[in-house]
Amino acid sequence: MSLLSWIDERYPLTKVWNEHLAQYYAPKNFNFWYFFGSLAMLVLVNQILTGVWLAMSYKPDAGLAFGSIEYIMRDVNWGWLLRYMHSTGASAFFIVIYLHMFRGLIYGSYRQPRELLWIIGVIIYVLMMATAFMGYLLPWGQMSFWGAQVIVNLFSAVPYIGPDLGVWIRGDYVISDATLNRFFALHFLLPFLLAAVVFIHIVALHKVGSNNPDGIEIKKGPKGNRWSDTAPADGIPFHPYYSVKDIVGVVGFLILFALVIFFAPEMGGFFLEHPNFEPANPMKTPEHIAPVWYFTPFYAILRAVPSVAGSAFPGVVAMGASIAMFFLLPWLDRSPVKSIRYKGIIFKVWIGIFVVCFVVLGYLGVQPSTPGKTLLAQICTVLYFAFFLLMPIYSKMDKTKPVPERVTK
Amino acid sequence: MRKLIALFMLAVTPALGLASGGHVHLEHANIDPHDKASLQRGAKFFVNYCLSCHSAKYQRYNRMAQDLGLTDQQVKENLMFTAEKIGDTMEIAMSPADANKFFGTTPPDLSLIARARGVDWLYTYLRSFYLDDSRPTGVNNVVFKDVGMPHVMWQLQGWQKAVFKEDEHGGDPIFERFELVKPGSLTPEQFDGVVRDLVNFLDYVGEPYKLERQRLGVKVLLFLFVFFILAYLLKKEYWKDVH
Repeated sequence: MSLLSWIDERYPLTKVWNEHLAQYYAPKNFNFWYFFGSLAMLVLVNQILTGVWLAMSYKPDAGLAFGSIEYIMRDVNWGWLLRYMHSTGASAFFIVIYLHMFRGLIYGSYRQPRELLWIIGVIIYVLMMATAFMGYLLPWGQMSFWGAQVIVNLFSAVPYIGPDLGVWIRGDYVISDATLNRFFALHFLLPFLLAAVVFIHIVALHKVGSNNPDGIEIKKGPKGNRWSDTAPADGIPFHPYYSVKDIVGVVGFLILFALVIFFAPEMGGFFLEHPNFEPANPMKTPEHIAPVWYFTPFYAILRAVPSVAGSAFPGVVAMGASIAMFFLLPWLDRSPVKSIRYKGIIFKVWIGIFVVCFVVLGYLGVQPSTPGKTLLAQICTVLYFAFFLLMPIYSKMDKTKPVPERVTK
Repeated sequence: MRKLIALFMLAVTPALGLASGGHVHLEHANIDPHDKASLQRGAKFFVNYCLSCHSAKYQRYNRMAQDLGLTDQQVKENLMFTAEKIGDTMEIAMSPADANKFFGTTPPDLSLIARARGVDWLYTYLRSFYLDDSRPTGVNNVVFKDVGMPHVMWQLQGWQKAVFKEDEHGGDPIFERFELVKPGSLTPEQFDGVVRDLVNFLDYVGEPYKLERQRLGVKVLLFLFVFFILAYLLKKEYWKDVH
């Protein structure tokens, strides 16, 4: 009796392997955009592993935190590598996830029957933002401190309960040692919750099957391929075909990742902001407080909305709504086709507008605001929301092309 | 579609410079982290001119010896005035409270100043002190207005005055140029060299493992390129089956 059959009698090892890898049939026409799911998992593992090792030398104490990072960078063997892998990994995670979400957007991967798959994905994105925000406080530099101050103050803008809510989050009246301690605890916890939700994301994916650049349901098409008579004709086993293909994507990604880690870890002040090399000083407000680049589109939306009666709450609501839009997406798109390949010009133009607005808002979020820039941010904010809220109308009006029976190259 | 992708890529490849010097034009420091002689001179200037008020409390003397090609003995005899052991970090004797009394502010630790301010800022700042009777130190700085720091290297640079022109829009006067009032012991070119060495050293102190990082990066990339070719060929071989 082999070891494998001994295990299989006690645990469904071969069954799981087959169902999710060797006999999981994915559409054969995945393109460049389909690398980012597996890359996101790679970066998550990178963040958890480097994070655990960083935590072995990090001190979550307002008096010691900044120095402990420099201790890691200078005195811990390979500490600088772990730290740069982690700090670059944070930005890489958002780049990969933004591209992964964009893929879903253009190929209609949020449409029926994948609504829940998409929503679970958006939950992962929100968890990621919370984790990144708390992690950014830990180096206890000037931007860590003042960035956290600004973001927590957003919660204080909520009417009636706001001020108490702010104190409850900080554990103090200002960002302090108490805040640092709890953010560290949560920054350590959340990635494991995130990993659990990623597991649920994959379970949902394997229930409905992967979408593809044509937006065709291969399960509804003809059956029978060279591996199985009952599998979809346009499907190929995930392993070995996509496992070997994803390795190419992984190595390609690692080349870019290594270029940043070893040759530009600050990425011109975007991955590691220059003022964050100064220890947090509650008495000295920096000239210009900018969040890290991956939050700036939402930060620009926040600043674009004018205060009402001295309260920034409408801006906070707009910022929350800009993220909440993604949850509604499956029900906003009324087009008869899923993929951009068969959608008409109106949808393509709106996707273009959305991307331009997202990038422009991201740029404006790092800039100090001027009247001209605020106006531009307001225009982009309106267009950002229009992309979502007008979608039920324009996606129906749009002239679509006929969708073929089988997937194309 | 291609254009869309290109636009999206713009969002993720930040190429926007962040100016840290306000409105003053910063001059290029033009340092060379591979130049050990320059770093050694920079270390000498640093311990002589900076390391009484400013610490570099994350930098260890023996690490510096190793990285700059000096022996522990050389460092102990020539560069260690404020520490006992070769493994100590570059601390100072002045307490932050006293410093605050003397200068109105605590001189910052310089371990990471090159990363916070940038080398061009430091290079321009250290050469931009000018005579100003309204300041308690007798000098002001074009890059850092009303700075608490005196002109520490006046013996080397001498004293200069700044020429401003009126702002047409009624704002603060705009800096035009410096005029040397009393020459120091060095020519302006020699002094620029001193500042360049000092900034080179501060840049080293900001990231002592920088050269090690770049050397390792080359090896990692070479490995990844080979791996990429193999991975690509493997994929091609398997995908022959897929039609």
